[in-house]
Amino acid sequence: MNQGRKILLLSIILLASVFLGISKGSINIPFLELFSKEYQPILYLRIARVLLGILVGAGLGVCGVVLQAILRNPLAEPYLLGTSSGAGLGAVCAIILGISGTSLPFVAFIGALLSIILVYVLAREGNKIPVQSLILSGVMVGIAFSGIIVFLVSISSNPAMHGMMWWLLGSLQIYELKILFMVAGIVILGIILIFIFAQDLNAISIGEEEAIHLGIEIEKIKKTLFLITSLITGALVSVSGVIGFVGLIVPHMVRLIVGPNHRILIPATCLSAASFLVLSDTLSRSLFPPLEIPIGVITALIGVPIFIILLKRKQKVK
Amino acid sequence: MGTLLKVEDVFGGYTKEAVLKRVSFEISQGEFLGIIGPNGSGKSTLLRLMTRVLLPQKGKILFENKDITKIKLKELCRKIAFVPQDTLINFSFSVEEIVLMGRIPHLKRLQLETQKDFLIAQKSLSSTDILHLNDKKIDQLSAGERQRVIIAKALAQEPILLLLDEPTSHLDIGHQIQILDLLKKLNQEENLTVIIVLHDLNLASEYCDRLILLNEGKVFKDGTPLDVLTYQNIEAVYRTIVVVNKNPFSSKPYVVLVSKERCPQNYS
Repeated sequence: MNQGRKILLLSIILLASVFLGISKGSINIPFLELFSKEYQPILYLRIARVLLGILVGAGLGVCGVVLQAILRNPLAEPYLLGTSSGAGLGAVCAIILGISGTSLPFVAFIGALLSIILVYVLAREGNKIPVQSLILSGVMVGIAFSGIIVFLVSISSNPAMHGMMWWLLGSLQIYELKILFMVAGIVILGIILIFIFAQDLNAISIGEEEAIHLGIEIEKIKKTLFLITSLITGALVSVSGVIGFVGLIVPHMVRLIVGPNHRILIPATCLSAASFLVLSDTLSRSLFPPLEIPIGVITALIGVPIFIILLKRKQKVK
Repeated sequence: MGTLLKVEDVFGGYTKEAVLKRVSFEISQGEFLGIIGPNGSGKSTLLRLMTRVLLPQKGKILFENKDITKIKLKELCRKIAFVPQDTLINFSFSVEEIVLMGRIPHLKRLQLETQKDFLIAQKSLSSTDILHLNDKKIDQLSAGERQRVIIAKALAQEPILLLLDEPTSHLDIGHQIQILDLLKKLNQEENLTVIIVLHDLNLASEYCDRLILLNEGKVFKDGTPLDVLTYQNIEAVYRTIVVVNKNPFSSKPYVVLVSKERCPQNYS
């Protein structure tokens, strides 16, 4: 099957997921009746959730692709590197301090950036960053930041904060449309910027020195890409909380289908990760109605076995 | 034929302590220069300095009479290409994708390869005799085939200077000769200037017009294989006993190793 057809197939899967995401939910409504006046609010709500799912999936998936290439580490992704928790902590601090609304994504971005720098410094041994120690530092920083989030939320005198535990496991519930639009802008722009570096990412994934020999200013590009992925992660976490493993599972599956060339890997990951998240969210809403299972629980249940498989395979190669 | 590259009193290394200490030499267009020397004598460091992966701590490197630190990296990579010892590629790119990466220095970001780039990639594959591997995945190839792909990628850069760091050290003698014959052909037919680091003194003697023998970060000897590969030089630098003969076919020097067991008492 040629690459064009694969992209077409992934697009069809995404359309099917969108259809499912709109038609299923905590209450069963026949699909056609959704369009009647009576159910209009529910329809709008579901469409907004599906759109947010697409955004979060595509954004986290592409961040995973980029981090895996520039860190040359198959296990890298925003959650396991602690970036998501850093962004979450940034957002929670901002809310406690009374900063909210449209500046929330940027405070989360600062949190994400600080945590990625912290993890990088912790994991570095001389000039090298060993695969395992990077993930170990990332997970540790993630746990520490999550702990601080729990602490801040529990001591907060603001009763509204007590409902904020969803930061830790993620949710696609929409609380402010204005922020959603802004996040959409940031994420789409970020993905486009990353796509511009597709061929550079190919060269970097062969090797850093190889990339220099091809005229790529690697340090500059790495810094730029760390910034963009932090910005995307920060923006997403400020609306959806911390959702793990998306950036790990999807890029690996997609590489098996379309190969490692970033020119096709990036768009294919966008489509697949979007489907994955829309489906996970549909599950989270419809498994135990009217309760909602946090979406992070579902992605973790799927993600952990894949993480273990990848880790084992990595050890075998060594 | 003018001077292509000039190394002037260069000091360089990875930490504050320089590995290379005041190295100077020149290379003209069309030369086939071998760099030899014991482990840790600074061979790889020297190559890294010439490709700007490392910056000199002191001294200057001039390429076409311009300081290479003042040339834009991308521009430099249109003229200088590099082949490492061995490239481990974890991702299963196709051979064609890898070779096309050699066009990166010639293309703008986002610019897709044109017909011309594909032709150059094909030509590089055919001059390395691996056109038939075009659609194969890089991680399915043998070490010898993989090294040819990496050379093809370097050739796709259309360089006038090709640097190689022990490109044959992981290969058996058959594949070693194939790679070096290929480099010789490119050197003679396309006037490609070659600087190659080699461990095997006999390969160096056989293929290079000129050798630089490095020792402890300094140029110990610079000249033809006949001048450089004398038993006095080799014994002084490598601290081992050798006998230098002549290759009966090429009359180039041929280094014969002598094990400690066999060597006369007064030598050791």
